[in-house]
Amino acid sequence: MESSRTLLDILIAASGLTLAAATPFLFAALGELFAQRSGVLNLGVEGIMLMGAFTSVFVISDKGFNAHPAVGLLVAMLVGALMGLMMAFVSVTLQAEQGISGIGLTLFGQGMSTLLFRVLAAGVIVAGGVEKIDLPVLSNLPVLGSIFFHQDILTYAAFALVPISVWVLNRTTWGLQVRAVGQNPQAADSMGVNVARVRYSAVILGGVLAGVAGASLSMALTGVFQENMTAGRGFIAVALVYFGGWSPWKVMAGALLFSAANNLQIWVQVLDVRVAGAAIPPNLLIMLPYVLTIVVLIFARERQRREPAALTKPFERGEN
Amino acid sequence: MKKIVLVVLVIALLSLGGMTLAQDGPFRVAIVMPSSTTDISWSQSIYQGLLDVQEAMGGESAMEIAFTEGMFDVAAAAETLRGYAEDGYDLIIAHGTQYGTSLFDIAPDFPDTSFAWGTATDTGAEQGLSNIFAYEASAEEGGYVNGVMAALMTKNNIIGVVGPVQAGDALLYINGFIQGVKATNPDAELLVAYTGSFSDVAAGTDVANTHIAAGADVLTGTSQMVVGAIEAIQTEGGYWFGTQFDQSPQWPDAVVASQVYNWAPTLADMITRIQSGELGGVAYTLTLENEGQTFVFGNVAIPANVLAAAGEAAAGILSGDIEVARELPQ
Repeated sequence: MESSRTLLDILIAASGLTLAAATPFLFAALGELFAQRSGVLNLGVEGIMLMGAFTSVFVISDKGFNAHPAVGLLVAMLVGALMGLMMAFVSVTLQAEQGISGIGLTLFGQGMSTLLFRVLAAGVIVAGGVEKIDLPVLSNLPVLGSIFFHQDILTYAAFALVPISVWVLNRTTWGLQVRAVGQNPQAADSMGVNVARVRYSAVILGGVLAGVAGASLSMALTGVFQENMTAGRGFIAVALVYFGGWSPWKVMAGALLFSAANNLQIWVQVLDVRVAGAAIPPNLLIMLPYVLTIVVLIFARERQRREPAALTKPFERGEN
Repeated sequence: MKKIVLVVLVIALLSLGGMTLAQDGPFRVAIVMPSSTTDISWSQSIYQGLLDVQEAMGGESAMEIAFTEGMFDVAAAAETLRGYAEDGYDLIIAHGTQYGTSLFDIAPDFPDTSFAWGTATDTGAEQGLSNIFAYEASAEEGGYVNGVMAALMTKNNIIGVVGPVQAGDALLYINGFIQGVKATNPDAELLVAYTGSFSDVAAGTDVANTHIAAGADVLTGTSQMVVGAIEAIQTEGGYWFGTQFDQSPQWPDAVVASQVYNWAPTLADMITRIQSGELGGVAYTLTLENEGQTFVFGNVAIPANVLAAAGEAAAGILSGDIEVARELPQ
């Protein structure tokens, strides 16, 4: 019955789905990468994503303001920036323990998005906001066209952000400052770098991108908002930063690997792939991407050398 | 004289107070549910049932409803259930199989309080408990009817199922759906995949998109995570068959029919029994026959032959001519 479905068809479809599914992870993880490179571990990504997911879909839906998706995206960025500012204030100015304050921010985002959702929306929000765009000429390419050039604009943006992040980190003054305050804030400070200001900007940028990640999950990938719909994706994004050894390209590889493994396990279920005639229990398959992530983390020893030396360490001027 | 008047007044007041006590005030129901009262599936269906019963009993003065939603955390749910019992509610509903262990811990401590839980069939009678009702839906019946319609409405001859986990009424519904499809259109290809979660909306989207990429043009699925899947199939111009609650208002172009749980008769019967002193021991099943399951159609135009086939399937289940198995042969 499946004879009409060739392996190539499946690979093309799976690749396209993988790129779309990787988009929220990529935005959130790249944002988190900037925060961590500056020395701040932000575990609030999950909460920021939820707030971005809710606010963006709400303003573009008929329960909100029927706004253009671009407005939804801007609102998510603004909300993300504000929550990033909160995280920066607590972790940089007040020098609170970062892990705890990030989890606090996540709990805040979960509670606040649920409250707003119940009060303002009172039920599932449906707003298929962002549509897929076929890039001219490129989308007509055989194979590659339908994988890479039939995606929504946020997916293009997420992947474009990878080389941009590399460039910003390595080729701009601000990127150099981010890396410096994450490695050795005392030295950076003695060179005249305002450590607090750089960390604030990196954490706020991380917040903006986490907000975009949430918007891409709700407005683009699913077209709906439901309570707690991020379902732990923010924490996976944080894991991807470790997984990728704080390098944008490797973070992208991690996001793709995770999404591909997830899509693969769905295909195994959909096509009813059997081992020695027996169906594979779905529960085992669903674990696959998570198990894979843990295995890669165990073997990626290299990451320990690349970890920003001042990660999670508050900086106090004149301390040493 | 004044004293006598005072005494009469006091007696009158006391007896008034006694009368209100004797009337007991409203019947008090508390429910703990995993998702929200607006999830357009499992939790909303029973909440709607409670509202229906409340209206039939005469409004809030006759029946009080307290609810705690979003209780995916079983430990937190257990605390909430115990709290309701301590607050003296008359009927406490644990709306999820996952709450069973906690319920069986709590119920013996409150022998004068009635408890109910589902999806379940165990009323604790074997353990000597008499204050627990159990309820379940024979979801395979409605699933079968949905499957019959889906089998006739697919153009690609490929149908996808977006499942949460292989358990409870979700599995019953899916097993029934598969039998309905196979009995009606043996050539149709059935794609079945699970998300591993009742609540992960984006996982539902991922599975639906994979089904669609594999050629499916008709989908079904169950639990509150399916909203992402319904949106995906509506975007593709395909059809959706729903269960638990009417999902057509949100997706008028996609939802052909929803098998809807009608909890009101079950809840009303429980309350009647409790008021006559019977606090548990009954296991309820929502079926087509007792109208615990009904069908709601949306705006999608349904061909006459599809409706006729659905009607025949429902009649066959009612008459016993069609037997829908709860489990599929491996």
